[in-house]
Amino acid sequence: MRTRLYSLAAASLLAAGTLATPAAHAGATVDAIKQRGQLVCGVSTGLAGFSAADSQGKWTGLDVDVCRAVAAALLGDGNKVKFVPLTAPQRFTALQSGEVDILSRNTTVTMSRDTSLGLTFTGVTYYDGQGFMVPAKAKITSAKQLKGATVCVQAGTTTEKNLTDYSRANNLDLKPVVYDKLEASNAGYFSGRCIAYTTDASGLASIRNKEAKDPKEHVILPELISKEPLGPAVRRGDEDFAAIVRWVQNGLLEAEEYGITQANVNDMLANSTNPVVMRILGKSDDTGKWIGLDKEWMVRALKAVGNYGEMFERNVGPNTAIALSRGLNNLWTNGGLQYAPPIR
Amino acid sequence: MPSQRTPQRARRTWRSESFRGLIYQVLALLAVGFAIGYLANNTVANMAARGIQSGFGFLTQPAGFDIGESVIAYQSLDPYWKAFLVGLLNTLRVALVGIVFATVLGALLGIGRFSKNALVRGLCYGYVEIFRNVPVLLQLFMWYLVFTEFLPPIFDPVSIGGLFFLSKNGFSFPVPVWSTGQALAGLGALIGLFIAVVYRRMVRRQFELTGQMRSMLLVPGTIILTMAIGGWLAGGAPNDWSIPKPEGFVMQGGASATPEFLALLLGLVLYTSAFIAEVVRSGIASVSHGQVEAAQSLGLSQAHSMRLVILPQSLRVIIPPMTSQYLNITKNSSLAVSIGYPDIVSIANTGLNQTGRAVECIAVIMAVYLTVSLSTSAFMNWYNKRAAIKER
Repeated sequence: MRTRLYSLAAASLLAAGTLATPAAHAGATVDAIKQRGQLVCGVSTGLAGFSAADSQGKWTGLDVDVCRAVAAALLGDGNKVKFVPLTAPQRFTALQSGEVDILSRNTTVTMSRDTSLGLTFTGVTYYDGQGFMVPAKAKITSAKQLKGATVCVQAGTTTEKNLTDYSRANNLDLKPVVYDKLEASNAGYFSGRCIAYTTDASGLASIRNKEAKDPKEHVILPELISKEPLGPAVRRGDEDFAAIVRWVQNGLLEAEEYGITQANVNDMLANSTNPVVMRILGKSDDTGKWIGLDKEWMVRALKAVGNYGEMFERNVGPNTAIALSRGLNNLWTNGGLQYAPPIR
Repeated sequence: MPSQRTPQRARRTWRSESFRGLIYQVLALLAVGFAIGYLANNTVANMAARGIQSGFGFLTQPAGFDIGESVIAYQSLDPYWKAFLVGLLNTLRVALVGIVFATVLGALLGIGRFSKNALVRGLCYGYVEIFRNVPVLLQLFMWYLVFTEFLPPIFDPVSIGGLFFLSKNGFSFPVPVWSTGQALAGLGALIGLFIAVVYRRMVRRQFELTGQMRSMLLVPGTIILTMAIGGWLAGGAPNDWSIPKPEGFVMQGGASATPEFLALLLGLVLYTSAFIAEVVRSGIASVSHGQVEAAQSLGLSQAHSMRLVILPQSLRVIIPPMTSQYLNITKNSSLAVSIGYPDIVSIANTGLNQTGRAVECIAVIMAVYLTVSLSTSAFMNWYNKRAAIKER
């Protein structure tokens, strides 16, 4: 009873919360964050590799690092972040009502979300697609064989609609079993209630490798049935803050492109003569001024979390338990899609 | 002259308690109205300022998502209002079935508390204390866990006589193929019910006039059954059944109840029946012992004194708290979303996320529960009036 009522109450309170705050004027979010001395970052309730808290309550993951980078650039310290775990149905209301400053929660960028929810997406941190996972002993090799199957899915995601579209297009008559929490849908699938589990392929990999008793007992089917560009979002109406988040993201990518890492950033700052590197690190042009920060904003962000490639390797890369390959998320120079507009 | 006030005027001064009361009520009403208006206006203004789209227009747009189980035909291209309707019907389905089972089980348990057999008494007592003291959400999780962990896998359902199947897909059972025969049988049963009611009135009048008692159950029951069978025969006695047949991980034919529905139903029934048992027990205990003795001294049998003397009097005590229990079943069914049953809250949650209309979707949920609860209350109040003491 508790949980249900809580999220209901939370949703209605959040809705009511919109009325307490006056309409945002430009820069209000940045001012509020600086005054508070803390960035409030909405994350998932626990998806290993993207945002998950360890036994000491320390949050790690790709989505978490984005928030830490923004906090480092804006407040000077990547640890000045308060993480607020949100379920999928709660997340947009939490951002709209001002409960969190930034939503970095494996959220798919879509037209309706970008245009009708009062949000601004600042970029794509992970190019993903929706897939299926099935038990290996079911001997299913293609999603097309799932005719009539029950499929476990988490409520409040783009996943539900994609599943329906795919089911219709291929005449599969899939039966969704919809849970309101990630943990419940995991349990539903692992207990055998559903033949298949569907969510973003990165999520499937995370769940398979971190939650399953034996990852080998589960296979991820080859079909990707949708485009799922995941990225952070901020409230609309505060372009200053949106610009900071967007350019920190771009900076992390461009730093990788030009070989600036967590380890060598001090050295690069002191010795590099490459004009692009000097610009990124604020040594030649004062790039920070354009977004209301000081010269060394990118230096601090890189010291906090490293460049995008380092973030990827540390949290979800082939050497982690999640074991995702770079694939689409390689830099454009390596045949991937990650392409940042230049800091110039 | 100030000393000569008319009585009319006197009633409109601050010294008049009723006039002050009226003023306070008007002020309170205005304050509440203003507060609501201010909040609503502010919400709309802020949502507009942030570019959040609002309004109920989305209800006529296609929902675009599938629903696992539905009483009516539904497909993903149907509009949102129909998806909400599916959710509402799923809520009502579990609530109605739950109310019937909980009432029967609760009444048995409540009467069991007065049993002369110490074991029966003790078991009923133990049941009530266990089930009403464990939070219902935990009970739901427990039953769902039991169903999803311990039922046989979907690929390998357990069959009972080749007609019933049990697996993690739920409980599948044969259903008659609907045709004119069944419709006529239903019609026959309805006519039979009408005749039975008339017959019962006649018997009661005769009993009040002459004291002669005739069967009040057997004969009306026979009438209804005969009419139903007659209708079925008139329709050509159709006997086609749709029998479930497992094919891979799909069950073809028949009908089935999902583990989500079963777990929710079981959890709600067991939890609420413990409360109903207490309501029934207190109702029976409220009838003074003198009534029982009076009935006995009139020579009524034990069954008759229970049915004619004790139960009608205890009903007056039972019905009002029973209403609350029925409302509780309906409202607690909103916990369904935690175990994946597509009730109105689950569907509205999905709708909320697809459309971003948080305020509207929460409003729909509230309106649904308010309507259902008020209707239940209205019905129970009507029934309560019937059972209440007729003061003369």
